[in-house]
This record gives sequence, structure tokens and C-alpha cells, in this order.
Amino acid sequence: MTWWPLIKVLPQKTNFRFVKYARIAAVLSIVLCTASIIGCFYPGLNMGIDFRGGAVMELTKPDSETLDLAAVRESVAHLGLGDVGVQGIDDASSAVVRFQVPDGQEQSAVVARVQGAINEAVGPVTYSGVSVVGSKVSGELFTSGVLALGVAIALMFAYIWFRFEPQFGFGAVAGLLHDVVLTFGLIVLFKLEFSLNMVAAILTVIGYSMNDTVVVFDRLRENLRKYKTMPLREVIDLSLNETLSRTIITGVTAVMVLAALAFFGGEALFGFSIALMFGIIVGTYSSIYVGAPIILLWGVKRGEIAEDAKPVKLGMASRP
Amino acid sequence: MIQLSRWKVIVLIIALVFGVLLALPNVLTPAQRASLPGFMPKNALNLGLDLQGGSYLLLEVDVDAMRTKRVDNLIEDVRVSLREAGIATNQIAREPGGAVVTLADPTRSEAAYQELRKLVGAPGANGAAERAASRLSDGRVRLAFTQATLDTMGATAVDQSIEVVRRRIDSLGTREPSITRQGAERIVVQAPGESDPAALERVIGQTAQLTFQMVDTENSIQDALAGRVPPDAQLLIGDDGQTPYLVKKRVLVSGENLTKAEVSADQSGRPAIGFRFDGQGARRFGEATAANIGKPFAIILDGKVISAPTINSAILGGSGIIEGNFTIASASELVNLLNGGALPAPLKVEERRTVTAELGADAVQNGKLSTIIGFIIIVVFMLLAYGFLFGGISVIGLVLNGILIIAAMSLTQATLTLPGIAGLILTFAVAVDANVLIYERIRDEARAGRSVVASLDAGFNKAMGTIIDANLTSLVAATIMFIFGAGPVRGFAWTLSIGIFTSVFSSVLVAQVLLAYWLKTARPKTLPIAESVR
Repeated sequence: MTWWPLIKVLPQKTNFRFVKYARIAAVLSIVLCTASIIGCFYPGLNMGIDFRGGAVMELTKPDSETLDLAAVRESVAHLGLGDVGVQGIDDASSAVVRFQVPDGQEQSAVVARVQGAINEAVGPVTYSGVSVVGSKVSGELFTSGVLALGVAIALMFAYIWFRFEPQFGFGAVAGLLHDVVLTFGLIVLFKLEFSLNMVAAILTVIGYSMNDTVVVFDRLRENLRKYKTMPLREVIDLSLNETLSRTIITGVTAVMVLAALAFFGGEALFGFSIALMFGIIVGTYSSIYVGAPIILLWGVKRGEIAEDAKPVKLGMASRP
Repeated sequence: MIQLSRWKVIVLIIALVFGVLLALPNVLTPAQRASLPGFMPKNALNLGLDLQGGSYLLLEVDVDAMRTKRVDNLIEDVRVSLREAGIATNQIAREPGGAVVTLADPTRSEAAYQELRKLVGAPGANGAAERAASRLSDGRVRLAFTQATLDTMGATAVDQSIEVVRRRIDSLGTREPSITRQGAERIVVQAPGESDPAALERVIGQTAQLTFQMVDTENSIQDALAGRVPPDAQLLIGDDGQTPYLVKKRVLVSGENLTKAEVSADQSGRPAIGFRFDGQGARRFGEATAANIGKPFAIILDGKVISAPTINSAILGGSGIIEGNFTIASASELVNLLNGGALPAPLKVEERRTVTAELGADAVQNGKLSTIIGFIIIVVFMLLAYGFLFGGISVIGLVLNGILIIAAMSLTQATLTLPGIAGLILTFAVAVDANVLIYERIRDEARAGRSVVASLDAGFNKAMGTIIDANLTSLVAATIMFIFGAGPVRGFAWTLSIGIFTSVFSSVLVAQVLLAYWLKTARPKTLPIAESVR
């Protein structure tokens, strides 16, 4: 049994030259981030009712009869509620209906009207979940969601600054922003619904990404003290290699578990778990390729600023 | 030195015992739970509405509408009292919180002021009256709510509304509704398992302000419909939504004077509402009916005229019947509303989320299944990666972690929501991270050529700083979610925070104790997770 425990198979001491590819990684990150930011405005986020206001109803025809989606659509369309979405789910007997409540109209009355129209069109149905959010509340929820993301990032920055050094803080925050932006990009790409749960997912990604970054930075700080004369680039490479086995094991565990969640967790958790999973992958990547290189660009105080802390020399192998 | 320290073992055993005790109710049936001896905790996990089904309503008290209405009534009081005193007015102008009267004859301002002083009302609990009368320098007079009244009006309205909503929901027979205040002007109603959210919304949505006002027979309704409404009257519609009524603005008696309402029947046996007034209401109603025999009066509920019967004789007993187009169901619903009291201000439903019990049960099933599968994945992966000894130790830590999380959630009665379950699963994944950090450090040290004991020792010591740092940042994120998050995000944050604490506690302590025990008993020469030292 030479292959078990698996940990022995992982090379004890990897010697990847991470920094060598930092430039390519930076270009890739910048391109993806830009695409994500553009994507947030065009085509834009698919806002759930939490942030947009409006109503969502889930309806099911009893005894697994087939639900006539066209009739449902037709019946709600002439109520003058603007854009109405009707979407069939898992089996043919259920659907999700989304619509906006026009300004100045009573929510409850509008919901009752829609339900009445649907019942008239397709016979009796049961409503298993109904959510209505007023425009006032949705605005507040959105503000507090964005505020939560902003404050989270600011506090992380303050914490790292306090625990390490300013440039570590910048590196960590750049990594965080990178992860958040890319997660938004994924939400846009897969047309996932951006809801309160999604904000929770992104905040969790922030927490995890930070966790990952801190582990790398911790080792980096330790090695900077240990090898006072080693060029910064090599210290970074060394630290990344030393923490690589842990990064991989933890990341793989988290991603596997989240995959199980996406697969077995049902409709409601699917978008949430996909976003988390992607965020964790990106978070792992950013703790290697965003946080550390930024420190390299900035340089760190180690008695004297090393020559090779300049970006110009990026990508050149320092030692044969 | 890594040693089997006695206090760590004791802490671990205490944690395990308490964890099992607190988590136990979750695996028992409700009947078994009830039969537990008194000293044992009986609280199971508190499932959120998305997991057990129920309705969540966020209501906003329309304080502005109420203020406007209160000022309307004040203006009407001023108009009537000055007219009855024979003081002619040119204009009664509305101003924020009151009215300013321009008199036809400015020399009578003293008399007008004395009249208005009668309307100030009795001093309230704080010794100050609700309204204040004053004379202005140019001979105008003024009656307005005092600033103190205006300031507390909103808060009082919200408090009263909460009381009324509570009474009404209780009459529906919902089990354990929670009604809480949120912010300055909002109320959150959470009713688990409510099968008919529409009924819930109906009883909450009705203000149920019942008033008796005279029908205006002096002016023509056609003129009013054409837009010429007399200043002391208002145009209302009947509850059929069509018939217009011209009604005097002055309220003779209102629902506040009701002591009891009940379902009864009119002469032809159709459902009607029987009511009884208190002393003051009976007296006012008696006076008004005695003075207006032969004229119709309107019974108005929330701005709609239910009926407008003609007064045949003075009604002095303080009780009567309201006829209208009632069914037994609508009559009994209205009776419940009237007995629960009127809302001081209209309530607007700002947010409503309803989940049926079936949907909730489905979510719980999915959550359970994915938790178990996630757990198995982690167990298998850790055993594969680190072997039976070190991997096994992580698994034991993970099991303890799971027990402690459920125990802490049951103890604090924190609400477990669907995203909360996701947070729990992720917590397990990150919980092994502490073990991985420790083990990787130990391997580093072993590779550097240290002895088994020294590697374990140094591994633990060096990894601890990293573990604390990494988890503190996650805790910061969770705390922010808790502070800024609404509803579901909050529950998620709480689950995450509890998870962070229990994870660090169980993975570190279990590993320390068990590895020390292994050192003591097996006296190993090499570490199974490190390659043999060459």
C-alpha cells in the first residue's frame, strides 16, 4: 500500500514557479474582471424579487395533472401587469409565475387577482410558495446587501492591515474584490437569480477567500523573517509551495461537498451552491495569483527594499 | 510538550456530554420529548418558516395617514364647536398638526379662544393635554396637537397596532405566532404553519374602524358628485362599491366605544352584527338618535358605508344591530375584528413570504440528504488522504463538531433556514481545514528531521496562529452578515458563527488529546503521514 494515505503521493516539496506566470495570470484576471463588470450592466444581473420587488408564486396542479403553461401565461397577460414570467418546473404539473406589482396598487389585491385569473384559466391549483416584496422594502434590502459587502471588505482590509502590513492588506483586498467581481460575473453568465441568499453566498466566498489568503500570508510573513536575504519573489514562491498541499486539500473538500449540495439540495439551493463552489475555486486561485503578486509589486519592508520588488522584472527566472 | 493534559480531557468530556444532552431532543419524537425528566433540555432545532412552512409578513404602519386623519377630526371639532357657539368663521386653514381659524369678526377672538380651550382634552398620563389652543396676534385663533403628542403619535400607533394584530391573530387560532416590532414603523408577523395566508392578510389588512355618522340630507348628492361637496360632509361609497352616500364628517360614535360585538340575525333571519356600547357610547348614541328621528344615519367601516338605516326611535339601551350584505363567515370575521379593536392607523403589507408545509418538508429532506452525503464525502476523503489514524482523528472531531453545532443551535433557539443548512455543510468542509493545517505543519517539521514528539509539538504550536487568524476573518464576515442581513441571511450568519467556534474547538482539541494518547500508548518511531526520515 504505497499509495495510501494519499498525502504521501502528493509531492512533499513542490517547486512550482508561481510568480513566473503572474503576468499571464494578471492579464487573465483583468480580462475576466472587466468582462464581469461589463456583464453586471449589460446584460445585467438577474435580480430576484428581494431586490427588484414584485411577486413570485409557485403553483401545482393537484393529482399530477398537466398544467397548461400557455393558458396560465394567457390568463395573467391581460391583467396589465407588464412583463409576466411563467416557467415550468421539474414535473409538468408545476410552474413558477413572476410578475411586478404596479406602483400604487395593493399587493394583496394584485396577488388575489392573479390567482383568480389563473384558477379561472386552468382550474383549481394549489399555491405552495408565495412571496411578495414591496418596492420600498426591496430598495432597502438592496442597499443593506451592498452595504454588507462593502463593510465586509473594508473590515477585512482593516484586520489584515492590523495583523500584517498595509501592502498585505492591499493584496488581500485586491484578491477579495477579484473574487467578488468574478462571482458576480458567474451569476450573470449563468443567469442565476441575484437574491438575498446570493448575498449570503458572496459573503461566504469573502470569508473563505480571506481564510485562504491569510494562510498564505501567514507563511509568507514567517518566511520573510526566516530568510532575510532571499529575493522577495523566491520567498513568495516558497511560501506558496509550502502551503500548496493544504490549499488543495481544503479546496477540494469544500468543492466536493458543495457539489453534493448543488446536486441533492434541490431547486432552492442550486444557484446558491454553484455560486459558492465557483467562488471557492476563484478564491483559491486569487490567494495564489492576486494577493501575493500585489505584495511583490508593492515590495515589503525587510530592512531595505529589495531590488527585484519592481514589476519590470516579473516573469524572469531569478535563479537557474 | 504534547502531553495528555487532564483538563483538556475533562473539557472534551464535558463538551461531549452537554452536546449530546442538548442535541438529543432532535432525534426524539415530540411525545418522547415531553416525557423527558425535568432537568433535561427539551428544545429541538428551531426551523425557519422556509423549512416548516408558514407565513412571514412585514407590515408598515401608515403613520402619515393616521396623522392626517387625526388633524381632520380636529378641524371638524373646531368647525362644529364654533358653529354651535354662534361664532362665524371666514376660513379654517389646515397647518401641520392643527388648524388656524380666521374669524369673520376679529373682535370675537377671545370668545373663540375660550371655545377652543374646551377642546383641549383632559391632561394625559404625562400631565399635559393632547392639544393646545392659542390666540395669534392678528386676531386669528389656533388649535393644534402639542409637539409631544405629535412626537409620540407614531410610536403609540405602532404599539397599539401590535396589540391589535396580536388579538386578531389569536382569534384565528394560529399556533405560536410571533409579532415583533422592526425599526420605527414596522411590524413583523411570523405565523408558522398557517394554512391560509390570505385569511391572515385579510384580518391584518383591515383597519376595522367603525363609525356612526349622519347622512347629509340637506345637500343634494348630485351636486356632491359633480364636485361640490359641502365642507362639513364627505362623499363615500357603499360596500357594494357603487352606491354613493353623502355623509356628515362629524363622528357620532365610533368603534372605540364598542364593548362587544357578536353574530346575530335580522328580522328576516339573515346574518347581522349585534353590538353593545359602553356608557359614553350609549349616551352619545342615545342623544344623536333622539335628535334625528326620521333621518338616516350611516354605519361606516373603513370608509365604506355598510348600511344607512333610518332612525325610527331613539336608541337608548346602547345596543343594536348592523344589517348588511353579510354571510355567516364574513359576519364572524368582522365580529372578530371589531372585538379585537380597530387599528389606529392603516397597515400596509410591504413584504409577504408564504411557504406551505409540504414545500418546507421537501426542503428539510433535501437539506438532510445533502448534509449526510457531504459528511460522507468528507469522511471518505480524510481517511483516504491521511490514513486511519490521522484521518480518523479528524472524523471524530467532525462528529463532535456536528453534535456541538446542533446543540448550540438548539440551546440558543436560533432559527435554522435553508441557506443555514448550506452554511452548516460548508462549515464541515472548512472544519477539516484546521486539521489539515496542523497535519501539514507536522509533516513539515518531520521533514526537517525532528523527532515524532517534536514534530507534533511544533506542528500544533505553529498552526494555531494561522488557524486563529484564518477563522477570525471568517467570523468578521459572519458578524457583518448578522448585523446587516435581513431574515434568511441572518440565520445563515448565526449558523456560520456557531460553526466557526465549534469547528476550531473540536478539531484542535480532539486532535491534541487523541494524538497525545497515541503517543503515550503506541510510542511511535515514525509518523504515518510523513515519509520515513531518511
